[in-house]
Amino acid sequence: MYKGIRSGFVANLPVAASVGAYGSVLGVLAAQKSIGWAELLLMNLSIFAGSAQYVMVDMWMPPLPIVEITLAVLIINLRYMLIGASLRPVFEGKSLIHKFAMMHFVADENWAVTMAACRQGNASTHFLFGGGLCVMSAWCFGTLLGHRLGAVIQNPEAYALDFAFIAVFTALTFSMWNGKKDIAPWLGAAALAIIAERLLPGKWYIVIGGIGGALISAGYEGKGEKNVDKS
Amino acid sequence: MLTNPDSHITVLLTIGCAALVTYSLRIGGLLLSDRLPQSGRFKRFMDALPGTILLSLIAPGIASAGFWGGVGALCTAICTYKTRNVFLAMLIGVGIVAISRQLSP
Repeated sequence: MYKGIRSGFVANLPVAASVGAYGSVLGVLAAQKSIGWAELLLMNLSIFAGSAQYVMVDMWMPPLPIVEITLAVLIINLRYMLIGASLRPVFEGKSLIHKFAMMHFVADENWAVTMAACRQGNASTHFLFGGGLCVMSAWCFGTLLGHRLGAVIQNPEAYALDFAFIAVFTALTFSMWNGKKDIAPWLGAAALAIIAERLLPGKWYIVIGGIGGALISAGYEGKGEKNVDKS
Repeated sequence: MLTNPDSHITVLLTIGCAALVTYSLRIGGLLLSDRLPQSGRFKRFMDALPGTILLSLIAPGIASAGFWGGVGALCTAICTYKTRNVFLAMLIGVGIVAISRQLSP
């Protein structure tokens, strides 16, 4: 168990750097909204979802619109349902209590690293959890550092810290590349996401692009390779 | 820091609601997956999901990041493919974009 947690922690160190980087951007924004560091830390630990926290900070103005914020968080985090579902292979054979215990520390980053490891047969729930601890540490460090520096750095975008998010997920995405069969689903996902992002509010584009692209994958192989489908 | 005690309760309530919703989605997805088929088209769908979700997450961002954002993302992708080093790839992407922003006021 300790071995799995440790290897998960280490495997997530590269992405932790980017988590810290765009975490610092959130920290700066939070400072500008007069959100205290204790409140920010509580958000980090209890929600552990970067994009949701960005939206919360964006909507943060007294009196807090609790219902609106909660609904926004629900929509933005719908992809966690898909993320949770895709983790089934990793959790195969585990008890219900184990599932409940391990699922809080799941963010895009350690989920992606774990799925990449899963494709190489190296993943475990403790690997996932260790990755979560690593990402959480970087996230807290980044946001709280950004919060502290909020009064000093007026324009974090000048240093492309905001691009760190895109950069690391580009890297993670392409580390999952599995050959030519991924071309059509990925092109479909990208196109759908870009179109949906412009037409629909919030983060629906992630759900639509993700599901749409995966559907292409399901249909694509089915037509061409029906007889050899043994997986 | 919000000054009056009612606001503090509101803050805690807001964060609590967001946390509960987020956790429910995570565990809900995992538990629901046990009810779903584990072969054929559906399995291919689930296997493809990680890649397509990640790509959907970043595609609009790349599209709106402009020319140098696209260059940064492309170099990041190529570096990942060549070296499998996520950290190095990220540094290259961020570096390219940071330099382009410094050079164009």
